Amino acid sequence: MLGSGIINGLIVTAKNFAGSYHDPERMVTVEYPEQKTVLPENYRNFPFLITENATDPMGTLRCVACQICEKECPPQCIIIEKSKDKKPDATGKLQLYPAIFGIDTSVCMSCQICVEVCPFDAIKMDKVFEIATTDRFQDLFLDRERLAKPNSYYHEIHPVEAAEVDGRLLAERKAAEEKAKVAAAAKAAAAAAKPVVTPPPATP
Amino acid sequence: MSAAALTDSFLERAPLALRDWVVNFLPAPLQWLGHHLITIIAVLAVFGTFFAFTTIAERKLLARLQNRLGPNRSGLPWIKGLTLFGLSQPFADAIKTLTKEDIVPAAADKCLHFLAPVIVVAFSLMTFAVLPFGRHLIPVELDAALLYFFAAGAATELAIFMAGWSSRNKYSLLAAMRALAQLISYELPLILSVVPIVLVTSTLSTQNIVLAQGGWTFGFLPHWFVFTPWGFPAFIIFLVAALAESNRSPFDLPEAESELIAGHLTEYSGFKYALFFMAEYFGLTALSGLGVTLFLGGWQAPIAALQFIPSYAWFMLKLIGMLVFFIWIRGTLLRLRIDQLTRLAWQFLVPLALLNVGNAAFWILTASWSGPLQLIRWAISLAIIVIPFILLGRTLTAGYAPRTYRYAP
Amino acid sequence: MNPFTPSAPTPFASAPGPTVRAVHDEFHGDLLEVSMGPQHPSTHGVFRMVATLDGEQLVKLKPVFGYLHRNHEKIAENTTYLGSMPYTDRLDYLCSMSTNWAYALAVERLAGQAVPERAQYLRIIMAELTRLVNHSCLVGFLFNDLGTSFTPLLYAFREREKIIDLFESLSGSRMMCNYQRFGGCRVDPTPEWLAAAQQLVDNFPRFLDEYERMLTGNEIMLARTQGVGRLDATHAINAGITGPVLRASGVDYDLRKVDAYGFYAQFDFRVPLGAHGDTYDRYMMRILEMRESVKILQQAFKRLPAGPIMDPKAKLRGFRPKAGEAYGRLEGPKGELGFFLISDGSPNPYRYRVRPPSLINLTLLEEMCLGHTIADAVVILGSIDIVLGEVDR
Repeated sequence: MLGSGIINGLIVTAKNFAGSYHDPERMVTVEYPEQKTVLPENYRNFPFLITENATDPMGTLRCVACQICEKECPPQCIIIEKSKDKKPDATGKLQLYPAIFGIDTSVCMSCQICVEVCPFDAIKMDKVFEIATTDRFQDLFLDRERLAKPNSYYHEIHPVEAAEVDGRLLAERKAAEEKAKVAAAAKAAAAAAKPVVTPPPATP
Repeated sequence: MSAAALTDSFLERAPLALRDWVVNFLPAPLQWLGHHLITIIAVLAVFGTFFAFTTIAERKLLARLQNRLGPNRSGLPWIKGLTLFGLSQPFADAIKTLTKEDIVPAAADKCLHFLAPVIVVAFSLMTFAVLPFGRHLIPVELDAALLYFFAAGAATELAIFMAGWSSRNKYSLLAAMRALAQLISYELPLILSVVPIVLVTSTLSTQNIVLAQGGWTFGFLPHWFVFTPWGFPAFIIFLVAALAESNRSPFDLPEAESELIAGHLTEYSGFKYALFFMAEYFGLTALSGLGVTLFLGGWQAPIAALQFIPSYAWFMLKLIGMLVFFIWIRGTLLRLRIDQLTRLAWQFLVPLALLNVGNAAFWILTASWSGPLQLIRWAISLAIIVIPFILLGRTLTAGYAPRTYRYAP
Repeated sequence: MNPFTPSAPTPFASAPGPTVRAVHDEFHGDLLEVSMGPQHPSTHGVFRMVATLDGEQLVKLKPVFGYLHRNHEKIAENTTYLGSMPYTDRLDYLCSMSTNWAYALAVERLAGQAVPERAQYLRIIMAELTRLVNHSCLVGFLFNDLGTSFTPLLYAFREREKIIDLFESLSGSRMMCNYQRFGGCRVDPTPEWLAAAQQLVDNFPRFLDEYERMLTGNEIMLARTQGVGRLDATHAINAGITGPVLRASGVDYDLRKVDAYGFYAQFDFRVPLGAHGDTYDRYMMRILEMRESVKILQQAFKRLPAGPIMDPKAKLRGFRPKAGEAYGRLEGPKGELGFFLISDGSPNPYRYRVRPPSLINLTLLEEMCLGHTIADAVVILGSIDIVLGEVDR
């Protein structure tokens, strides 16, 4: 009969009206500044640089200025300039470091590709999203100092991922140390053996 | 309590007493002027505030229908943390629209462009003059109140046409044409739906129509016209036509947002836009008030035992009920197309309304039937309206039906 | 009749379209040319229709697009293969997951990259969830075009929001997921994620039922959509229209069945077909497809195998497929979404081409709209389901 479809519709909206008072399935609104949703672990916003030591952020950047992220960044928002000198990194190995590292967040599209291609786990995604500023040029261009955040912060925002990264780095470091030890031992052995006999160049 | 005592109870008389008290301060030659001015100011103040809270109620109710919260932030200035459930939102809106720039298109007909919002508000306010808000509260007691109401109500559509024409905008022009088509189509069922009441009560005076609906069977079945076999269909036709007259969903064609941007309001901004908005709500309130007066017993209480509540409170309660219903409709339905709109009016509402006039005539002729004849009277009266409703409904929706679908083998 | 058998070639312009009323009559005044858009509430973005009206009736309609042109293909030719992945998110920003997959499919064909089984299942889950997102959005917006005061749209958005929250907790972003990689997926969902997704999918039919109860049988809705914007099968095939718009015209063509890419061949689902090709059929196709998607998702959750999500041989850095060309396509929510790539062995594609279903479905807009009123044109546009990011690229 004419009108039955309309009455059905009215019933559905009335149900929703009532449901909005008691059914959280229907009422999904979060009143933002007062209530905040918990961001999921995987949430990503803009990248930041990891430092090993919070007291000396610029000295202990994991980044070695290899410029892979700069090349891979799809919107090309990363600017890196290599240092002229080398500095010891957290493990004590001499490495280059970025003299300039900048990310233009007005260009960045939060795609996480820089994180994925970084072989040193030096760049990670941040979770801060309340980043409105009054100056669109100075404030949206993040330089090295503003990008650097300690590893503990990384653990805070991405606990699972950070634990996995740290475990891997530790294993790599251990492997590197052992390798260095083996190499040193071999070197020492070679040095010890040197005066006695000079082997002919090895043929492959 | 006797009827006479009720009529003259203090609460019932309070507004009048207050007016007379104020008027007495004026010198005698000016008293008539004060008398009318106070009435006008009272209507403006009450329905102005009512309009403000209708807007917030509409926004909140629609929000809840849509599983949102609706505006709930605006509190009082300088007091932090006080939100008042957002009830001060209309005042914030008013300040915003008042302080906005008033833009008039260079190519517009400036005079008409300015006059349209003024006229639309003026005419929609004029309709309030003949509504009986309470037992003693009626601004003007006219013998031809209904005629006056429809005359003033139809003039608002003219203002909409003025707005659409003078804006010199193609969307506005289309809206103006639609408004006129709608006016011509829906004025007829609107008036025809009221004719049965005029037939039965043999008066055009709104106050007398309300009085004719007084009394209760067994003390709880009110004698409102909506509870008669001719009054109910008339009420439904009236509702549909009222929706169309006040340009509300599903008949909001003149300002069809998804098609014509804002229709006749496209080139209006600031205060003028606010005036149109106000007029739309005034028009809706007035039509709802007329609906309450004609079909829902006006200011009469629904149960005899509840008569101690003053009559104007009952009127306002019924009015709010009507408005909530309109908001509910708006939150649910979608818009008709212009050809379907006119088709609905001419092929469905007008024939039904005409039949309903005959139905009312039958009701008057058989007024003396009683006992088992009363049942036959109801059955015949219902048949007169239900059978054509089904038949006309079928022809109206011929060819339209939900479909079943096949799947790929 | 098999609509794919090549019939006598009908030149498109002279094909018998909807009849247009003659306007030379002296009773008809001047025609009114209305430029709807690019700023218009219901053009779904920055789309423009130059409509010539006789009263309310359309006698001519010219779609104008390109306002959102972002040089997508040329940018992709100057970026690495991986670097284009986040740009594909922005093509059809409502369904980034399936756009990602289409691009990954093309690159995997180009490089001969294998994909592990779990990743295939995850891709199907994501693609079908995306279909739910897209279709629920579409029906919501369609009703907005039909003149509701946002109520059905917000109900649809409420459900979409839940799916998008799932995407966020998995991939990190709500709409720009950037989830697929060449040779697998980026993140492995946790069991909690899968349980949440399962629950959502279980609850989804309830929403669909409510939605259909509210509006599918509504008399105004039937009158506004049935018989409006008819598109017959021959026209649709000739214009290359795909997706629900094509199936609404009664053509059985669904790439999930035809190509059976991914693991779709192992899933049990049906393809709904319309008979009239009007707006109502196009709307119902979406509703019925959502029901089928729910079925696919239920099966996928049941069968999801354990295992790696990335092929161990897949390369992230220094990805250089050998010279050659490949075309990868899939049944996106809007139609056949294809990526054509030519590699010259360098890290960037030599040629990168998108086959956007939105754009190609839009080409017949005028044929569908002529003879109807301007109100119908808006509804027909809404029922085609376009996303301007994909139309203009």
